[in-house]
Amino acid sequence: MKDFRYLNGVTSLALNGDACVGCGACVDVCPHRILELRERKAAILDRDACMECGACAVNCPVQAVTVTPGVGCASYLIAVWLHRLTGRKTESACC
Amino acid sequence: MDGFVETDAGPVPRVRTRLLPSDLMGTALARLGAIRSRYKVVPGLYCVGDPTPGSPVLVTANYKLTFDALRRQLAGVDAWLLVADTRGINVWCAAGKGLFSAPEIAHAAHSARLHQVVSHRELILPQLGATGVAAREVAKACGFTVVWGPVRAEDLPAFLDNGMHADRAMRMVTFPLGERAALIPVELFLLRKSLAWIFPALFLLSGFGPDVFSLSALWRRGGAAGLASLLGVLAGSVAVPLLLNRLPWRQFWLKGALTGALAGLFAAWLPPLRGWLEPTAILLWSTAISSWLAMNFTGSTPFTSPSGVEAEMRRAIPLQALAGLAALTLWLAAPFIH
Repeated sequence: MKDFRYLNGVTSLALNGDACVGCGACVDVCPHRILELRERKAAILDRDACMECGACAVNCPVQAVTVTPGVGCASYLIAVWLHRLTGRKTESACC
Repeated sequence: MDGFVETDAGPVPRVRTRLLPSDLMGTALARLGAIRSRYKVVPGLYCVGDPTPGSPVLVTANYKLTFDALRRQLAGVDAWLLVADTRGINVWCAAGKGLFSAPEIAHAAHSARLHQVVSHRELILPQLGATGVAAREVAKACGFTVVWGPVRAEDLPAFLDNGMHADRAMRMVTFPLGERAALIPVELFLLRKSLAWIFPALFLLSGFGPDVFSLSALWRRGGAAGLASLLGVLAGSVAVPLLLNRLPWRQFWLKGALTGALAGLFAAWLPPLRGWLEPTAILLWSTAISSWLAMNFTGSTPFTSPSGVEAEMRRAIPLQALAGLAALTLWLAAPFIH
């Protein structure tokens, strides 16, 4: 995915190295290959490539890797904002 | 459907690995967006080829486009297909919504009496389901261990031949031109309602002027405004997806503003416009529409983060609204100033 980069310095991905048990579950599931096992601990290789999908956090057995998951989808966020403003449920074009 | 395979848990339907013309028709309609919310497969256990109790179990969603994408890659493969009930939604989106989840997969395995069908205790899940499935919880709930399969179904035969090992390329999402182009019909289809009232409104507004209402102005100015809208839509929903990695800047609203401004220059030059107010309004209008639509394309890509999208929306929406309002004001004022 080197052709497609998104914004730098915005992701909520965080890794607590002390809590990590080195199982490698996060490494397997990351669709951007951001995580790697180094000396029996997970390491973040390329933080800014993270799209906050949450696969790593969901599959971490000890909550060492955390992220605020969600979909990077403008029409979804608009639907959420409109819902907050009007209290009505709005249809989103997202999946 | 192509017959049944007998198992200890009863007959299991075998599906073809080649799509029929009716499947292709369904694919086209789902891609267009016309039937995508009701294009489903009955959840349960299916198979391809001649599977035995030792054959692998591939888990998938019950969106028919997903099911077809999977089975057409499995020519020559003997495998069980466990279709979870994701309410007709694809794996990635269903996982995000909590529909493709550990409890749902365990439920599907139990309902199909999978432990009687196969002798091993492994399920192969699509990697993009991992946002909704904690592998360890599947094992806890049904006794089957999750093996993460590749991102794309097309890599499954190689993955299976390779002793269920996915290499780096199989684990990585991509977004090639063909996948981006396939999204254009549904992007345009979803705009049909908005366009159905924008076009008449633009024509009507274009008729107002010093003579109160003029039919000739309605046609001349309305046509120009309609063309600007149409080109704005093409710039934002067709050009941006196709040229996504060729356009400068990372923020989508900027990419769309660029293609929209180019489309706007064309829309301002082509029809007979008067003074400088009308062309300026046209240029701003196309730019605003294209920028807005490009920003909304973020949800269709596999690399935008919600934090990033929110950051760009906070910058973009005020500017888009300003450009749109300025365009309308200039457009309505133009007949009175000349």
